Amino acid sequence: MRHIISLLLENESGALSRVAGLFSARGYNIEALTVAPTEDPTLSRTTLVTTGNEDVIEQIKKQLNKLIDVVKLQDLAESPHIERELMLVKVRAEKDDRPELMRLSEIFRARVIDVTEISYVIELTGTGEKLDAFLSAVPEGLITEVVRSGPSGISRGPKGLTV
Amino acid sequence: MELSGAEIVVQALKDEGVEYVFGYPGGAVLHIYDALFKHQAFKHILVRHEQGAVHAADGYARATGKPGVALVTSGPGATNAVTGLATAHMDSIPVIVISGQVPTPVIGSDAFQEVDTVGITRPCTKHNFLVKDPRKLAETFRKAFYLATTGRPGPILIDIPKDVTDPNVKVTYEYPKTMKLRSYNPAQKGHLGQIKKAIELLLKAKRPMVYTGGGVILGNASQALTDLVQHMNLPITQTLMGLGSYPSTNKQFLGMLGMHGTYEANMAMHECDVLLAIGVRFDDRVTAKISQFCPDAAIIHIDIDPSSISKNVRVDVPIVGPVNSVLKEILKLIKAESWQPDIAVQTQWWNQIDIWRSKQCLNYNRDSDSIKPQFAIETLYKVSNGDLYVTSDVGQHQMFTAQFYKFTQPRRWINSGGLGTMGYGLPAAMGVQIAHPDKPVACVSGEASILMCIQELATCKQHDLPIKIILLNNGYMGMVRQWQEMFYGSRYSHSYVEALPDFVKIAESFGHVGMRLKDPKDLETAMREAFTMKDRLVFMDIQVDSTENVYPMIAMGKGHHEMHLAPELA
Repeated sequence: MRHIISLLLENESGALSRVAGLFSARGYNIEALTVAPTEDPTLSRTTLVTTGNEDVIEQIKKQLNKLIDVVKLQDLAESPHIERELMLVKVRAEKDDRPELMRLSEIFRARVIDVTEISYVIELTGTGEKLDAFLSAVPEGLITEVVRSGPSGISRGPKGLTV
Repeated sequence: MELSGAEIVVQALKDEGVEYVFGYPGGAVLHIYDALFKHQAFKHILVRHEQGAVHAADGYARATGKPGVALVTSGPGATNAVTGLATAHMDSIPVIVISGQVPTPVIGSDAFQEVDTVGITRPCTKHNFLVKDPRKLAETFRKAFYLATTGRPGPILIDIPKDVTDPNVKVTYEYPKTMKLRSYNPAQKGHLGQIKKAIELLLKAKRPMVYTGGGVILGNASQALTDLVQHMNLPITQTLMGLGSYPSTNKQFLGMLGMHGTYEANMAMHECDVLLAIGVRFDDRVTAKISQFCPDAAIIHIDIDPSSISKNVRVDVPIVGPVNSVLKEILKLIKAESWQPDIAVQTQWWNQIDIWRSKQCLNYNRDSDSIKPQFAIETLYKVSNGDLYVTSDVGQHQMFTAQFYKFTQPRRWINSGGLGTMGYGLPAAMGVQIAHPDKPVACVSGEASILMCIQELATCKQHDLPIKIILLNNGYMGMVRQWQEMFYGSRYSHSYVEALPDFVKIAESFGHVGMRLKDPKDLETAMREAFTMKDRLVFMDIQVDSTENVYPMIAMGKGHHEMHLAPELA
């Protein structure tokens, strides 16, 4: 089963490699990993997506908690939460392709943020499924490049993951 | 107090109460060695290889419960220390390794003797640090000792670039008295509700079994364990790492369990209805085939490390907490309930165990003309009256010692259980002997293992360490040979050591006493003679039967009830 796990990490050099190293050393899956500092500069927030059966996920959480640099851990999949991912897509956009690309962007609430005579860069935010759907809707052969951030997640409701 | 980084390293170790540092100098730690020369705050033990330094610190830690400290230089000094760190990590031993690093401005430039030490050691330490500022040194040392010795203990490495120890840069030194980390809060006591559930199971059990490991020794819970086991008249088995935390001479002790465990211990594991697992990690050498592990048992598991619980085997009642306090709590509550054993039920279970015991699964040919390795260990036990610190290397000799030496106290049996590091025994014995200068220390080894750290014989000479090396010399890598005989059609691929040195001459050339034994009749007298030489290292090259195998044995993929017994018993 897919799980999305949020971590507060000590913002120290090497902290991220401890997390990544744990996954490779113990043979766990890691599908996506995002990390950036928070409003507190001593902490960084990590969102990682992994898959495994219940026992494996339990071990992943325990092993992550055991890392000295992990301050807090939350399995977002356990309760209502929001996931968002940012995607930038570079497409070939010659004259004939433009109306369809603009229509698609409107339907998916995407934005065109770079334009040349023969290309667009389209920015799109949403769940992973929405981004997948957009990519499959783009007419075949037009996609030049896709950059995805991997999901960021946060729980619904007033409670926050804080120290 | 204004100190240089190098002086801070020395002062911090002093403030931690460190008595010994095992080390080997080199370019990146020269400032530290210079500070050591001036201060002499503690004793430095010069080893002959960095692997030996870390194993010695590890042996010191296992024998005392105090953290062991090693000091090595950058590059090859650090990589040589890696085997020692991994050994300590697998067995949860509190060791602090201080490694030199190239100066911060050249880190990443492939400088002379540069290696990414924190990168290499990350998976084989509990935590590690790279200190780039002398003002951070004191705090880092306090953190390192705190992390190494609390919760589930483990090795910590502190990597220090050479410029951080510059004698000309002085900073204010103040050693933190306490340490608290927001991201690290090991459990202080077990959950009372879980403890009550465990008691309920234990009191209802008809065929209870206790299985304990190194965690009982690390958690200083031997007395609490013994009290509980004896109060409830429970049968108990122990892992390789757990031996000594319950007196093996006591009738409730069924011997070691697992791959080379006794028939009675493994059968009782297979048949028990409640298993109390304490300070163990359900290692594959212990559980045998997981799907057949204790098929009828409800399992209670007490451990300080939550990640040990339900990692390999799902348990019914997990209790996360220090084993000592949890065991005391269990006994207190059981006594409060004024519980009385059901004698008939207990007798039935003990009768069954006695039937298994009557197999005498450890029997061997005592009339042999050659020295049997089992006989050598039994003789060692007899000669030392069971009052000995014993280290070992890895292989058949290690298993024979675990089976035949009856340990009755914790911290007496010191070996590399998790990583299985050949070469561990001699340097570990140095750490033990330094910790206990007036106690007899033996290193049981094999002719293959001993060669992996043989250079430490020089350290033993320099520091007058009167270790007794009990070498069970069968001319083969015995355990490899045994597997090849049993599972590879007796194709002894590269397990025969064709060019063995003359160990007596080796010992003598290092300034020690060497003996060679071939006849079982001479063994006891010779061992007694060796132990009377209280100020000399004696290397006993004991030529043992080269084809003896360790039995019982559970082959990979088999269950506890599917043991190979010795051919004459099967």
